[in-house]
Amino acid sequence: MATQAATEPAPLGLSVGDPGLVEQVYALGRRAFFRVLRQPGQIIFPLVFPMLLFAVNSAGLDAATRIPGFPADDYRDFALAVPFMQGALFTAINAGTDLARDIETGFLNRLRLTPMKALALLAGQVGGVIIISVIQALSYLLVAAAIGVEFESGPAGVPVLLALSILISFAFAGIGAFLALKFGSGEAVQGFFPLLFVLVFLSSSSLPRDLIQTDWFRTVATYNPVSYLIEGIRSLVIFGWDAEALALGFGTAGAIAVVAYTAASAALRRRVGRG
Amino acid sequence: MNRFLSVTMGVAWRSAHNAFTNPAFLLPSLMFPLFFLAAFAGGLSAIGNVPSFDYEPGYTAFQYVFVFIQSAAFGGVFQGFAIARDFENGFAQRLMLAAPARGGIIAGYAVAALLRWLLTAAVVTVAALIGGMDVPGQGVDLFGLLALGLLTNVIAILWACGIAMRLRTEQAGSLIQMPVFLILFLAPVYVPVDLLSGWVHAVAKVNPATPVLEAGRSLVAGAPDRVALALAILAAAILVMGVWARTGLRSAERAGG
Repeated sequence: MATQAATEPAPLGLSVGDPGLVEQVYALGRRAFFRVLRQPGQIIFPLVFPMLLFAVNSAGLDAATRIPGFPADDYRDFALAVPFMQGALFTAINAGTDLARDIETGFLNRLRLTPMKALALLAGQVGGVIIISVIQALSYLLVAAAIGVEFESGPAGVPVLLALSILISFAFAGIGAFLALKFGSGEAVQGFFPLLFVLVFLSSSSLPRDLIQTDWFRTVATYNPVSYLIEGIRSLVIFGWDAEALALGFGTAGAIAVVAYTAASAALRRRVGRG
Repeated sequence: MNRFLSVTMGVAWRSAHNAFTNPAFLLPSLMFPLFFLAAFAGGLSAIGNVPSFDYEPGYTAFQYVFVFIQSAAFGGVFQGFAIARDFENGFAQRLMLAAPARGGIIAGYAVAALLRWLLTAAVVTVAALIGGMDVPGQGVDLFGLLALGLLTNVIAILWACGIAMRLRTEQAGSLIQMPVFLILFLAPVYVPVDLLSGWVHAVAKVNPATPVLEAGRSLVAGAPDRVALALAILAAAILVMGVWARTGLRSAERAGG
């Protein structure tokens, strides 16, 4: 009996025996969270870069508020949604890069020798990064409050915005996890960052869709799901309670999450299957 | 052949060969400017209707000049990534042992950066013309724009050389590109400087990239303005960055390559 206990794997500080799913998710989530904390680049860049672009674009594009029909008096109110979206992109890349590193270093293979469930691996890995994304979102809100951005939806709009932001980050973390599990390389995951970044630019991030004059751009922005994510967040700031924009925002984020995690789970099964 | 020239040509050929034959290196340097041109000129064209926006050739030409100059700067930045990679994988150290005139290493990387950018500039220009860009400027004006791009490219590669040779790691990438990105985006990117507001207006007023962009836009419009100032700024920056790159090379020499 003692011999059996000694040979039983006890990874990541889990208790010997058969740890439950919650324990497994907690252990991996905690590891993912602290791993991000130990890499200042993964914290500072997602905090600073979106705010920097927000500051530059808000001042540079403030003249857009003079276009007839522009829905805000201050471009900062209009542009505030974009940092949340960019933050979600960083979440995707961080989640993917860290998971890819686990694959490259053999950590995933070693986990296969433990009672760790595949679902726990995915949930834990993503959960840790999501906590970071919450910190990001709160920091964007603090900056917004500091510069005087007012929510048309009132104080109740803030938690709704936070919820939508977390759902978007969760969905994009799923994309990052899928890319990592599919390609097994951090370099490949990072290579997708420009593509995801393009999605933000080719959306209604800078101007409302009805004010985009170039036909092909307006069409791309209309079919680009990122437009609806941004418009969902933006509606809370500049319109108040817009049920359609919110439904489209939450619905699009939910749909992306379902597709991303279904694909990630399939990729995980294939990767674990082939070792 | 002159030793300096032989090193320059050898390094330039190798770097250009790597850049042009590996899609992973070539595509980002081509795609990024195209994407910015599409996103800015296409998505923001309504900005051209803002009262007081009085750039006659139109918003596509206004953004084309920014993307043209930006691609010149990032041509140097991307080459800087390659230099850092050469140091990290040990190639640059072997190169420094073998090169009879090490100054030629910097010159070779600069020639490669220039070749990379010339391809990008051609692609961006064709894309802008296909997109309906109006160019009232004549041959001499456009040659002036090309000169602004060339000098910007040289400044950027010298900056990148200085960083890459001091740090000698690929992790220097963000340090190479972030200042370039900031200087460019704190200039009048979307609207003329008078339409900027807040702190960005104040920064843009003293940003050396502002006269360069304004000169480029005036050349495309066929009404040259502040071109001498822009050329003087770029020439001064090349002198400073030349010293920066040369001392970077010395730093790498002191570190044993």
